[in-house]
Amino acid sequence: MPGISREEVAHLARLARLELKDEELDHFAGQLDDIIGAVATVSDVADEDVPPTSHPLPLTNVMRPDEVRPSLTSAQALDQAPAQEQQRFKVPQILGEE
Amino acid sequence: MTTVTDLVPYEDALASFDPVMGLEVHVELGTRTKMFCGCATELGADPNSQVCPTCLGLPGALPVVNATGVESAVRIGLALHCEIAEWCRFARKNYFYPDMPKNFQTSQYDEPIAYNGYLDVQLEDGEVFRVEIERAHMEEDTGKSTHVGGATGRIHGASHSLLDYNRAGIPLIEIVTKPIVGAGERAPEVAKAYVAELRELIKALGVSEARMEMGQMRCDVNLSLRPSGEERFGTRSETKNVNSLRSVERAARYEIQRHAAVLSSGGAIVQETRHFHEDDGSTTSGRVKEEAEDYRYFPEPDLVPVAPPKEWVEELRGTLPELPRLRRNRLREEWGITQHEMQSVLNAGAVDLIVATTEAGADAPSARKWWMGELARRANEDGVDLAALPITPADVARVAALVAEGSLNDKLARQTIEGVLAGEGTPDEVVEKRGLKVVSDDGALGAAVDEAIAGNPAVADKIRGGKVAAAGALVGAVMKATRGQADAARVKELILERLGVEG
Repeated sequence: MPGISREEVAHLARLARLELKDEELDHFAGQLDDIIGAVATVSDVADEDVPPTSHPLPLTNVMRPDEVRPSLTSAQALDQAPAQEQQRFKVPQILGEE
Repeated sequence: MTTVTDLVPYEDALASFDPVMGLEVHVELGTRTKMFCGCATELGADPNSQVCPTCLGLPGALPVVNATGVESAVRIGLALHCEIAEWCRFARKNYFYPDMPKNFQTSQYDEPIAYNGYLDVQLEDGEVFRVEIERAHMEEDTGKSTHVGGATGRIHGASHSLLDYNRAGIPLIEIVTKPIVGAGERAPEVAKAYVAELRELIKALGVSEARMEMGQMRCDVNLSLRPSGEERFGTRSETKNVNSLRSVERAARYEIQRHAAVLSSGGAIVQETRHFHEDDGSTTSGRVKEEAEDYRYFPEPDLVPVAPPKEWVEELRGTLPELPRLRRNRLREEWGITQHEMQSVLNAGAVDLIVATTEAGADAPSARKWWMGELARRANEDGVDLAALPITPADVARVAALVAEGSLNDKLARQTIEGVLAGEGTPDEVVEKRGLKVVSDDGALGAAVDEAIAGNPAVADKIRGGKVAAAGALVGAVMKATRGQADAARVKELILERLGVEG
């Protein structure tokens, strides 16, 4: 069994910018453990001679020529933005007061 | 948050410690479109006018690799004597920062397209130092943030930030050196020479203009010290975004002095990123470096692997230009100048201009003389690059030819160049319009010569008495009377002739 600790869940939560309560850490640690355990059963059938698969199709070198294609207009680009200013996407404060 | 940073004198630092450097250089490729979508890469476009669903990370949008981006990466790798991967993948580098709307940067992780190479760099005294290359990989640039509401546009204290994603997705090649050891006290010089040589190489390959002041090439300087004689590396700091050659040298020098101060007083270096300050050459603490696994790299599922065919790689190898260092050495010998003089030509950005001028027919000494003299002075005065002056190598070659055939003397040649720079036309047109031809016609010069002799009887007597050197004063008088347009050699002959003296 892989076994995922409470500390690892807290670390991942921090990286994902998720605020989790103490009891949630225990809760998710158990659930993630189950999920990882389930996925790990793949290892039972896939031996060392089977490389990890990142791409299901045997394709390589799919490229496009360096030719300009139409972009969105800035109005279209900003249309769905929750906030904008000076034709730019406006985002909340990045660094808190320190 | 100003803290006084202790530094030890550079020589003292080097007496006790051995510096180890690692340089990471990002080069923005000059492709017409972005790395993973067809958006244009024009500089100075309206904010968010060169964006599309792919580079904005909108749901369902899929990236496709720019073939020219891959080709440029392979050519850079080959020029750096790297091995080219037969098969490699892109990877997602996950992080939370609004400069990438996808919340990850598409990069390469453990399968760079090029690895294990080197670049030989030549220091100013001619010593050659080999810098080994760890890898060169493909990735994409981030958007541009503007921080609002804080002091002087800094992120600290800002109330919010504004994002322009025109730059997000522009192809970058990151070139990483292996640890540079053994440079000793010359480490800062090696760092600068490496970045300079890399810039020349990138320009020669034609894959980017590599203009550091425009952010097309940026350098991060990793530096650590170890006690002299110690094998194990010390803890490093990473000074980010050092964006001029001079700054690369200063940043390395500063960090050597700072590390030495911390270590000598029994302290420990914190592994962190640092910001470089152009004004005083210092660095200040940035953020504590996140561990690599915190980026949770994983293979990019939306892009299929890149597998450069061997024949294609060999074909690209055939397109490599002569390496800049070898070309410079060849030119230096052809031009018959010293290492130091060649360095000045390089620093002035005049190498290609002089080559083009000789190709247009001028001899190398005249080509170098005009570009490094009059023209360099003008460029400096106007605060522009030499290449940006409104005069072509062909124009300069024409001026040199007019001087060589005796139609212009130096003074008139300078006036001709002035006219060309002022937009008055080609050298021949300027000569015509300003009436700048050297006067060597005896009839026209005769009167001025007679006048000079009549006006300076004492000098004339000296010359008659055999003091030929005194003729200089009379030549000067004629030149003055003809506003510099007389053929000085012919004037001297006429003077001696008239006074009955053998030259």
